[in-house]
Amino acid sequence: MARGEGLAPVLARRTDIPDALDALAERVRPTTLARDRRFPVLPALEPLLPGAGLRRGSTVAVGAAPGVTGATSLALALAAGASRDGSWVAAVGLGSLGLVAAAELGVALERFVVVADPGGRGRPAGGRHGGADASRRAGWPAVVAALVDGFDVVLVAAGPGTSLRAADVRRLTARGRERGAVLVAVGGELPGERSPVRLSVVASRWSGLDRGTGHLRCREATVEATGRGDATRRRRARLWLPGPDGGVETCEPATVVELPVAP
Amino acid sequence: MTVVRSLVVWCPDWPVVAAGLPLDEPVAVLRANRVVACSPPARAEGVAVHQRRRDAQARCPELVVVDHAPDLDGRAFEPVALALEALTPRIEITHPGAVTFPTRGPSRYHGGDRALAAKAATRAVEVLPPDATVRVGVADGPFAALLAARAAEAGAPVAGGRARVVVVPPGETPAFLAPLSLDALDRPELVEVMARLGVRTLGDLAALDVGDVVGRFGAEGLAAHRLACGLDERPPATAPPPPDLAVAAELDPPVDRVEPAAFVARGLAGDLHRRLTERGSACTRLAIGAETEHGERHERLWRTEGAFTVAAIADRMRWQLDGWLHLGAHRPTGGLTRLWLVPDEVVPAGGRQLALGTGAPGAVDTVEAGERAARSLARVQGLVGFDAVRVPEWRGGRGPGERVTLVPAGAVDVTGERPASAAGWVTEPWPGVLPEPSPATVHAVPVAAEVRDAAGRQVTVDGRGTPSGAPATLAVAGGRPVEVAAWAGPWPYDERWWDPAGHRRRARLQVLTTDGVARLLVLEGGRWAVEATYD
Repeated sequence: MARGEGLAPVLARRTDIPDALDALAERVRPTTLARDRRFPVLPALEPLLPGAGLRRGSTVAVGAAPGVTGATSLALALAAGASRDGSWVAAVGLGSLGLVAAAELGVALERFVVVADPGGRGRPAGGRHGGADASRRAGWPAVVAALVDGFDVVLVAAGPGTSLRAADVRRLTARGRERGAVLVAVGGELPGERSPVRLSVVASRWSGLDRGTGHLRCREATVEATGRGDATRRRRARLWLPGPDGGVETCEPATVVELPVAP
Repeated sequence: MTVVRSLVVWCPDWPVVAAGLPLDEPVAVLRANRVVACSPPARAEGVAVHQRRRDAQARCPELVVVDHAPDLDGRAFEPVALALEALTPRIEITHPGAVTFPTRGPSRYHGGDRALAAKAATRAVEVLPPDATVRVGVADGPFAALLAARAAEAGAPVAGGRARVVVVPPGETPAFLAPLSLDALDRPELVEVMARLGVRTLGDLAALDVGDVVGRFGAEGLAAHRLACGLDERPPATAPPPPDLAVAAELDPPVDRVEPAAFVARGLAGDLHRRLTERGSACTRLAIGAETEHGERHERLWRTEGAFTVAAIADRMRWQLDGWLHLGAHRPTGGLTRLWLVPDEVVPAGGRQLALGTGAPGAVDTVEAGERAARSLARVQGLVGFDAVRVPEWRGGRGPGERVTLVPAGAVDVTGERPASAAGWVTEPWPGVLPEPSPATVHAVPVAAEVRDAAGRQVTVDGRGTPSGAPATLAVAGGRPVEVAAWAGPWPYDERWWDPAGHRRRARLQVLTTDGVARLLVLEGGRWAVEATYD
């Protein structure tokens, strides 16, 4: 390089330097917009979520079409990205969670906590206002609130297994927004406002079994993502949940179909 | 740099003594399935610290195995600490089982190092059970004194032969340390690398140039080098810790039971921890004190390897108060009115560690995340009880519900290292374990089901593991039968056949029905049930 030539000719020759500089600038950037603060997710799930990650302080509802299984695996896969990166994950009200499956999908069990029954401590049965039921309701909101304070991702049993009411959910989502935690409703929507991001397993096909031979090997799931706000769109993608290698991957050929948004 | 000449009183295998077990039988104390301490007969058979339970039991089949209770260790050590406090006020407890104090004043008063050591040994032996032994070491610096105590196997017998004393004359400490192996430093990774470089003893390490050691190993290497030379691990602090780090609490009305005082102590410990982390410091030596309404004071120094956590400080305060209020010759006559924590030695905290993942903005600070989670768990435990908050630990097993067990979060140190929760903990092969992938929903109570073949008869599995027919329909919990699209198995299990109470004969089947739901069915005692759903 002759004296006085400067960097311009070098940059013109090397096309990878601008990308490397961009990546470096990204890393040393001192402040980030709230919109940009996200937890990472597994690469296969990125096309389904706005901003390719779990936005801190948001709520995600993970469910399945009637008669279709796969919601639990999808919820665990959603938490796996953040868990692998060092976040702590809590599961509330999910007493039948398969922990080996969680580990296989990528959740770090050393940072996983299960509160199977947050129904509160033994209040005397047959109390004034509904006895056991009242103590159960008193337990859930307080427990989930305490977990939102300390954990980055909280999986909450939604659908028929939940004891949260709409008012509780409003308070919890506000608290989650404040703390930057993500609430994942497993098995349906939480009562109250609809979540900004909704994932639903619409089809699930297991393979590997035959008449008396083989074993369950992999599942091809079709996941539909809908949402409101800056997530307003409907996308459908086919994923291996899990794939033949054990992880969550996109099915080849990878196509994410944009569907028309219902008016 | 002058090194403080110290005396260490060490009770070997303290967890065994604290648990009240005899030291003349093979006994081992385990924590998270690893040996923490064992008695001399067990050691003679080959049991060693950090071994797995199975290895230890293989080497010594008649080994008595007990779970470790750290709280019990601390409380049981109080009588020894109180007995030694009569010799000198400024004792420092390194960990339950070892006490250190500087010898300059007490030695002159009691007539020399050897006489002081004999007196300390006698006092310690008086409060211990008859078969426990005591080792006393005197040398320049607490590290060398502890090693001298460990080497006191061959020292001079004292106190009727139950204690042994080794006194390293002043100035001869480096010569004493030179032949000892590097394992005494208790830093396994550093020692392993050094061994491969040919440095095996403390003398070898001390002979190296300090600049070279720092250049290769950094701060950890500098600390190790200083210890090997017979100096203190860190240069003595030139200024005492700032006074605003001390925290105190007034108790009004005066408290004469340990539990309310321990509750206040927990709050104090949290306060101190917050102040320290705000400065980026950690405390390695802490003075814990209490005062009664009649002006009686009791203060003691506690030291730790690494830095104190909030739970560790609260535990030590509880042990100290328990010992002072209930044991010892100088019990207080009034209730406690004041508690305080004064950091005695403060060091810069080892830097925070960002997650290994990306280091990108918004990356998780693992230390802070762990502490935040631990605080949240403590609060949730207060709401729902100790048992309701659980963390997973791997365990040997074959079925999906057996390979991971949930243990109460309060029983483990959530922020610490938990190898039992990390992948790869179970290394032993378990033939017959169900292949990957595992089901995402495992029913705590298996749901009754009916499996029938094409002719409508219930499918059974014979002793050889052959099914009586191909499953054709599945009815779950008395519902409508659904057609079976594909199935695999059976996986037969005949477990614990030697144990009449624990004998289980089961067969598992993977079944995929035409509605797309895959389930794991188990046959036991002639009845089918859904063990798990591949959700």
